Amino acid sequence: MKLRGRVAVKLGDNIDTDIIYPGRYLNITDREKTPEHLFELAYPDIRTRLKPGDIIVAGKNFGCGSSREQATAAVKFAGVGAVVAVSFARIFYRNSINLGLPLVTSREAPAQLEEGDEIEIDLTGGSVRKLPGGAVLAAAPLDARAVELLNAGGLIPYLRKKYA
Amino acid sequence: MGMTLAEKILARASGCDRVAPDQVVVANIDLAMSHENADLVRKSFKDIGVRRVWDPDKIVIILDHRVPAESEKTAATHKAIREFVREQGIRNFYDVGRGGICHQVLAENGHVKPGMVVVGTDSHTTTHGAFGAFAAGIGATEMAGVWTEGRLWFKVPSTIRILVSGELRPWISAKDLILYIIGQLGADGADYRSVEFDGPVIRAMSIASRMVLANLSMEMGAKVAFTPVDEIAPDPDAAYERVLAIDATEALQEPQIACPHTVDNVRPLPAVGNVPVDQAVLGSCTNGRLEDLEIAARILGGRRVHERTRLIVIPASQRIYLEAMRLGYLQTLIEAGAMINPPGCGPCVGVHQGILAAGEVCISSTNRNFIGRMGSKDSQVFLASPAVVAASAIAGKIAHPEEVIE
Repeated sequence: MKLRGRVAVKLGDNIDTDIIYPGRYLNITDREKTPEHLFELAYPDIRTRLKPGDIIVAGKNFGCGSSREQATAAVKFAGVGAVVAVSFARIFYRNSINLGLPLVTSREAPAQLEEGDEIEIDLTGGSVRKLPGGAVLAAAPLDARAVELLNAGGLIPYLRKKYA
Repeated sequence: MGMTLAEKILARASGCDRVAPDQVVVANIDLAMSHENADLVRKSFKDIGVRRVWDPDKIVIILDHRVPAESEKTAATHKAIREFVREQGIRNFYDVGRGGICHQVLAENGHVKPGMVVVGTDSHTTTHGAFGAFAAGIGATEMAGVWTEGRLWFKVPSTIRILVSGELRPWISAKDLILYIIGQLGADGADYRSVEFDGPVIRAMSIASRMVLANLSMEMGAKVAFTPVDEIAPDPDAAYERVLAIDATEALQEPQIACPHTVDNVRPLPAVGNVPVDQAVLGSCTNGRLEDLEIAARILGGRRVHERTRLIVIPASQRIYLEAMRLGYLQTLIEAGAMINPPGCGPCVGVHQGILAAGEVCISSTNRNFIGRMGSKDSQVFLASPAVVAASAIAGKIAHPEEVIE
């Protein structure tokens, strides 16, 4: 399972869910509308720069804080292809698998990547590579359950198929 | 080799004799809690296409984030939830004026019991480890899966055991202890882990104070957190990833403050310096309980909130509100110049009832100080104990209770 994209933005450690999606907009339950408020308070320029398939790179503990699924939805429906970070907070990680947003955990890749880099990610093999011809940077391969859910398009389509 | 509390509970709930860290298990869910985001869960549930929830008696829904409705949009959300609750026969529904903050309401109505697996669509669901439950926050779509199947996969967490000895000095509380620990371990110091608190300081604490520890463990990434209960205990030979020993007398000489904009940016109060405050907030699922209102009333009794500061007090539940009224705490607080908000999350989540303007500073007994958490991105939130919040309201700046009480 491979994907390619451009590193649109590189962020630091502990990017919390209030930074990703402010609490005041939690009464928006239409997922497609959530990108309007992506990074709105702290980094309002990011959402205007994002193009479909772009990659977000971050440090450790990306998505810490609230369980709000809108944080994942805003990233996904802004068209982001994947988030590459040193580590992810656990609820954000689960939300992302459930909504079908690929997350890539890599200790070494974030430090090596810069905004504007074109990269190729091997989700199942567990690697990140700068294009063209960059070194292979190790990442944690997605586990079987995450791959199954991503292939299904997320938890809702997965369960719909199972129970319908 | 024995098992930790998290391992014991997940083994029981998944029908295994024993489980070990990193193993993935599918556990039966004993209790599934949601607040306003039940509307988002409901939408995902409808998208799955199943007609009935797996067990209406294991679902609890409590409105707290925007009560009473602050906008027409929220009013429509509340209405949709009421209709869904009726349609599905969910009896454990706490509407406006019947409950309060979800974690307090869940606890005080006896929904949580030792050994249960509890999931909630709120990150501070870790609170219920104070009752010996494996209690974890999840997202809305995942909850729709729980409503469908009544079970969920978990990776068995490794456990950090934190043993606290010594004693808490005067004016030092559970809030100071957990802020200190978060400062030491960092915002990701317990990521994906279970945290077990024990030791004489913990065992001497009230239930309300133990809830503070379990609640705020989330702010160092914990999946679940426990304080000791009589009904279930870790095995004496359980394997821990790490054991941390803290002498509270030594470590906590001063109240602890989490400075903007991360919860692990913790300093002892004297190191924070002269910080004038525009607003002081006493409330939330972290510190809006009776003992919190009591200590605030004790400090504010016969004194006045500083003229440049506004004090907002939010009892965590209707029951606490009533009890604080009976005991005279509310009268004391009102006479001191406090505004009492209705039970709910209020300004903690930045929606209503005390939003901060650009340039304003707030001292708060709540749980997060992220950028823009309580209003403007250019406002600042300092997190502290209820005693420090009350003292700061009087001083008009961040202050130790000893500075305002002679």
